[in-house]
Amino acid sequence: MRYIPLTDDDRRAMLETIGVESVDDLFQDVPAAFRYPELQLPKPMTEMEIMRELDMIAAENANLREFASFLGAGAYNHFVPAIVDTIISRGEFYTAYTPYQPEISQGTLQAAFEYQSMVAALTGMEVVNASHYDGATAVAEAAIMAVNIQRHKRRTIVVSPTLHPQYREVLRTYVQGMDMKIIGDETHDNDFHALIDLADDDTALVIVQNPDFLGQLHTPQEMQDLADAVHAKGALLAVSTDPIALGLFKPPGQYGADIVTAEGQSLGNSLSFGGPYLGIFAFRMKHVRKSSGRLVGETVDAEGKRGYVLTLSTREQHIRREKATSNICSNQALNALAAAVYLAAMGKHGLRKVAELSWHKAHYAAQEIDKLADYQVIQDKPFFKEFVVQCPRPVAEINQYLLEEYGIIGGYDLSQDYPHLGHAMLLCVTEMNTREEIDDLVTALSEAARPPILLNLEAAS
Amino acid sequence: MKFDDYIYDLSSPGRTGVDLPEPDVPPTPIPEEFLREDLPLPELSLPQVTRHYLRLSQKNYAVDKGFYPLGSCTMKYNPKVNEWAVRLPGFANIHPLQHPHTVQGAMGLMYELQEMIGEIAGFDAVSLQPAAGAHGELTGVLIMRAAQLARGETQRHKVLVPDSAHGTNPASTSMAGFTAVEIPSDKDGNVHIEALKAALDDEVIGIMITNPNTLGLFESNIVEVCELVHEAGGLVYGDGANLNAIVGIVRPGDLGIDVMHFNLHKTFSTPHGGGGPGSGPVGVTAELAPFLPGPIVALNEAEDAYIWHYPEKSIGRIKSFYGNFGVMVRAYAYIKMHGAEGLRRVSETAVLNANYLQARLLQMGDYPVPYGHRFCKHETVAQGKIAGAEDVRTLDIAKRLIDYDFHPPTIYFPLIVHEALMIEPTETEDKETIDAFLDALDKIADEARENPDLLHEAPHHAPVRRLDEVRAARHPILIRLPSAKAASER
Repeated sequence: MRYIPLTDDDRRAMLETIGVESVDDLFQDVPAAFRYPELQLPKPMTEMEIMRELDMIAAENANLREFASFLGAGAYNHFVPAIVDTIISRGEFYTAYTPYQPEISQGTLQAAFEYQSMVAALTGMEVVNASHYDGATAVAEAAIMAVNIQRHKRRTIVVSPTLHPQYREVLRTYVQGMDMKIIGDETHDNDFHALIDLADDDTALVIVQNPDFLGQLHTPQEMQDLADAVHAKGALLAVSTDPIALGLFKPPGQYGADIVTAEGQSLGNSLSFGGPYLGIFAFRMKHVRKSSGRLVGETVDAEGKRGYVLTLSTREQHIRREKATSNICSNQALNALAAAVYLAAMGKHGLRKVAELSWHKAHYAAQEIDKLADYQVIQDKPFFKEFVVQCPRPVAEINQYLLEEYGIIGGYDLSQDYPHLGHAMLLCVTEMNTREEIDDLVTALSEAARPPILLNLEAAS
Repeated sequence: MKFDDYIYDLSSPGRTGVDLPEPDVPPTPIPEEFLREDLPLPELSLPQVTRHYLRLSQKNYAVDKGFYPLGSCTMKYNPKVNEWAVRLPGFANIHPLQHPHTVQGAMGLMYELQEMIGEIAGFDAVSLQPAAGAHGELTGVLIMRAAQLARGETQRHKVLVPDSAHGTNPASTSMAGFTAVEIPSDKDGNVHIEALKAALDDEVIGIMITNPNTLGLFESNIVEVCELVHEAGGLVYGDGANLNAIVGIVRPGDLGIDVMHFNLHKTFSTPHGGGGPGSGPVGVTAELAPFLPGPIVALNEAEDAYIWHYPEKSIGRIKSFYGNFGVMVRAYAYIKMHGAEGLRRVSETAVLNANYLQARLLQMGDYPVPYGHRFCKHETVAQGKIAGAEDVRTLDIAKRLIDYDFHPPTIYFPLIVHEALMIEPTETEDKETIDAFLDALDKIADEARENPDLLHEAPHHAPVRRLDEVRAARHPILIRLPSAKAASER
């Protein structure tokens, strides 16, 4: 076995030192009736064989290097410079554990501290933790943190209906045993006034998304007014955002957010079929001792040299056990490292340009699609890189046409989550989409509108 | 080693590390009112970025560098072919919301992984969605709660947690809205059966049990523990953190465990990444299968296609999309490379290595091994209490090990062992390495008696000296930006 170095001689010598005849003797405390089950698993494979198999499995998937895609809805196809993979492929980073021994973990710790700092700059917040699992669990942790900040006297969370549907679902899963109430998304009334009206003296937190799940942008003034109204009711405001958008737009930290969360995948992490991703979590310094997750702090060593350590760990499960602010142990350290390398490489100019390119291309696509007689772009508000298109027939049918005739992966079908929008598709355009792809999409949509279409109905279901 | 620059100190106005194309579409004006005034990110060239992170990496210890016997963390070798695999475009560049027909390969891999880990641990159904061990615990406890509620047993609110448990167990219990009740261990390190019996009543949801436990010992009363809890109407949660000791040896599901999380980043060799990403799939009995978080992958046999399936009484989604897919690919490859025989060999060797290490520690005599009268499983717990060096603590021994180029064991855990040194060698270490580690511990014991300050001041040969953690906590500096002062609490 190539990963196990012991030779037969080693085994003999070691068993002799232990004073037993065989390895079986070491398992005598395992109930005999259940010992050594016959596991029904495939035969072992050599490296050569597994590479061949994995190559074949991977080839069964339609990947975005070969297919043009306009799918977003919480996972984004943004450019990842090669440097990111070069760095996160270093064994020194990816084969280390959580930095419990800071003297030999300064690489991980400094990189995490720099991640915290760069994301603080991006979000306009005072503190950023070392990561949560993803954008959804970060929202759930924000809700729990807000209730802790309010010393459990306020237990209602008001969520906007345009917060990512999966984030709302995860939030409800997390708090189902916690005697908390989640309200606000029963209607599809995407109006801040409705949310503000719902907030009362039991409201711990109001959560909105900006740009929201449907791509729409709220102005900094609208956001500030929301924050003021929420604070006037004694509650806190959490904003779930898109880190790429923050390359261009005023960050939540500048319009009154108390907690900022985001899916950080688009910062240098591949789509990878939904994970591992990166839960960005930022907040105000005054709430640091109620916060969840790992925090890296700056300090000095015995010679006065600058160094970094995990800090404020008395909040955490390994010290505080059942009284911890969260149960989190492993987080998404390597994904946070990827985000840090991405932000350092992109820098202030690169990130702005990524955001601008996404804006221009998305708006070009929206304008061209809106010209089609059968399609209408729904546009109550400005949008960033995603927008909703009302389609003449079910989105699933249109997407099938796009895929089969043009090799285009179409947008997200909103009919499950927002049935009142009808045949609505959420399209996403980033810097990765060329004008040619967008023009093809427009042509394909135009054709897909015209009945009858020859459809493989079985596959469309 | 050279003092490293802080990333913002390398910044100069006008630099960038990535060139991006000009827009190939007519531009659309961006309303002024939305724009931010300043974006205080650093400005660096690509060579600077490369050198900065490469030099940072060199200040890390890692499995690829040397022995990392961090107890309960299973720091085994991470096969490089797995890293190759996750970077295949057919895995790395697929969107989670693509139509299932376009991702049958990925879904099939997930399905087969669900089946394989269910088979390995003796469970009927598996959800791959949880992102880490603690996340799996929360999932598992929520499943237990939902199952109890479905039975109409609303009075149950207590979860029993042995005093040797990881801190995540009581923390997950609290997060699920339950009360954690501690159960002491007996003199052999097992769950104290009489204490368990006394704690069992109709308010108990169940027990969270780690087996082998954090003392590295197999719970020899495990079948009885499960029976007692079941008789009281409770459920048994298995913390799979220490599964590396028993793959192919015994299946937790066969012993009476109802729900368990797996740490793919421990047992199944996926890299720890400096603290994640992990993956914490949850396996359950048929009775609990309807409560799993969804979606999971199911096989539609009529159409011979993989489909997304929401278990009918699901506790709900615990994470966006389907879990940490990239980690699943690695675990899949690992299991397929080993097969049943190879996995048993893994556990047998992990246990052999740990017992060899324990036997030699007992022979040396410098470090007490409080449960040394039993064979351990994948790890052994010693104590940093060296006779004749009473002012030397476990922390000093750990820091001195760094000077010998070893990663220290887990220290001060489990909490029930005073001055604990929890040592897990894993199966991927050779005998020479384990011997060298033991020789270092032997020398350190001598040093502790002859020159204790050598230990108190250790490490001497690390990138930094001992760091002031009290200062970091008392006056936290958690970010540093060039324009503003570092944020502080006041």
